[in-house]
Amino acid sequence: MSTNAATATEARAARPGRVVGLSLTYVLLVALVVVFLGPIVFIILNSFKQKFSISSNPFAIPVGDMWAGFSNYITGLTKQNFLEAIGWSFFITVTSVLVIVFFCAMMAYYITRVKTWWTSALYYLLVFSMVIPFQMVMFPTVKLADMLSLSNPLGMVVLYLGFGAGLSVFIFSGFVKSIPVEIEEAAYIDGCSPVQTYFQVVFPILKPVAITVAILNAMWVWNDYLLPYLVIGLSTRFKTIPVVVQQFVGSNGNRDMGTMMAMLVLAVIPIVIFYLFAQKHIIEGVVAGSVKG
Amino acid sequence: MQRSLKRYFPLFVLPTSVAFLIAFLAPFVIGLYLSFTKFTTITNAQWVGLQNYQRALEPKDGFLGSFWFTILVVIASVITVNVFAFAIAKLLTQKLRGTNVFRTIYFMPNLIGGIVLGYTWQSMINAVLANYGTTLVADWKYGYIGLIILVNWQQVGYMMVIYIAGLQNVPTELNEAAAIDGAGKWQTLWSVTIPMIMPTITICLFLTLSSSFKMFDQNLALTDGAPMDKTQMVALNIVKTMFSQVGRQGVGQAKAVLFVIVVVAIALIQLRATRSREVEA
Repeated sequence: MSTNAATATEARAARPGRVVGLSLTYVLLVALVVVFLGPIVFIILNSFKQKFSISSNPFAIPVGDMWAGFSNYITGLTKQNFLEAIGWSFFITVTSVLVIVFFCAMMAYYITRVKTWWTSALYYLLVFSMVIPFQMVMFPTVKLADMLSLSNPLGMVVLYLGFGAGLSVFIFSGFVKSIPVEIEEAAYIDGCSPVQTYFQVVFPILKPVAITVAILNAMWVWNDYLLPYLVIGLSTRFKTIPVVVQQFVGSNGNRDMGTMMAMLVLAVIPIVIFYLFAQKHIIEGVVAGSVKG
Repeated sequence: MQRSLKRYFPLFVLPTSVAFLIAFLAPFVIGLYLSFTKFTTITNAQWVGLQNYQRALEPKDGFLGSFWFTILVVIASVITVNVFAFAIAKLLTQKLRGTNVFRTIYFMPNLIGGIVLGYTWQSMINAVLANYGTTLVADWKYGYIGLIILVNWQQVGYMMVIYIAGLQNVPTELNEAAAIDGAGKWQTLWSVTIPMIMPTITICLFLTLSSSFKMFDQNLALTDGAPMDKTQMVALNIVKTMFSQVGRQGVGQAKAVLFVIVVVAIALIQLRATRSREVEA
């Protein structure tokens, strides 16, 4: 560090007002950490408690008599088929995201490059679908899905492609517009077919947007409750995590608080792991998605 | 080039179009039609004209009540979420050490789904209220405040990230120039920073507006409308009418159409707000 900068830092530090201001800011920021992590710490603490201690000492650290070990987790995982739900949630989310990214990017490319009345009509219909609340279509969608035998995990993927198309095509086509056509023309001159051009030239350019689209859709599909609840229902074995949580907690009159806490923690863990690994992409993707949407 | 690509329509456009038709387009048209009929499934509809709409708007139905409650939630959450998010974004754009860690932590609740975080907050609020011998569902005001807290917890981090992006685009020279001209901190905030990030503010206002307006999962998990449906928002009211009240599917569908009209109106206002600013800039 140069001497100049050092003296500047000292001079700044020497002003008592600034020091007080700075420490106040940090106190505030740390207090906010407590606020934002508090509920998560709360469910973690209680997931290790005996169920009676949860109601009598909800904010205590589980020690001594209160400690329940992993018994709540074992109950949650075995009795509520939570493991299976994690599996189905994973399957539906991963498959849907791959399918959405693959097909929506292709569609966005086509309707941006081929300009006819029906491609622009399609585009506006897709944008329109982004605004419409799910309640408008839920009844017919569920019945239609039933008639077409889509009431299963693979059928869910088809439905998610349909519902996710609006935002995904919108984001992709915004980006396709910014790709100079000359690049594609050069590929044509080199003898590439449109399909080759798309997969070898255009799609690699779309990669950063594809990550954004993948993340936005993953967060939505993973957390979605109403669609899987209505389409797959409570009677089948293809329940996803939100459906199992709602079924266990929502309709359970004589509530087992310990198991509930363990299930909430189990539902949060995959998200936190995903976040830790893709934190930067997630924040960037969410910002990009919202600013464009 | 366009012409040769055009032939590949079945490969490029067909899969998504079919899915879109099944999931959205056909159900939308069918739903519109069903709102004028009495039905229990989509194949036995009988035309009843505007009867469903009349029923939906009857005061005893609770739909209008849920609309008012939704508006109360929307107003409180739009204001609080944006004020907190902006304030935190301002704190985190002061070139302090460790801002990235704080940003990461504050954003995290946004990833947790409505059902899970609804029950998390329900158990926590109930644990606090137990000290006063009451519960979340004893009074609609508890549910109301709980919902606002929950929405803040979920969305402040998200909006904060967007505000940070906006604030980082304000050239520092502008703030320095204002300081040289003798502007105080608040004056700079009002006359320089806020006008400069108006586009960001518009985006955040409409994002919070539409997400709190359409809120369902959080409402279902936190109170499920209790007590006496007083904390029931529009989306929950529609779902309950459709799937829990016998023979009232048509009324539910009519409510959904009314809901769509309001949501589309908000979206059009948003479009105009965004467009008019683009001309200025």
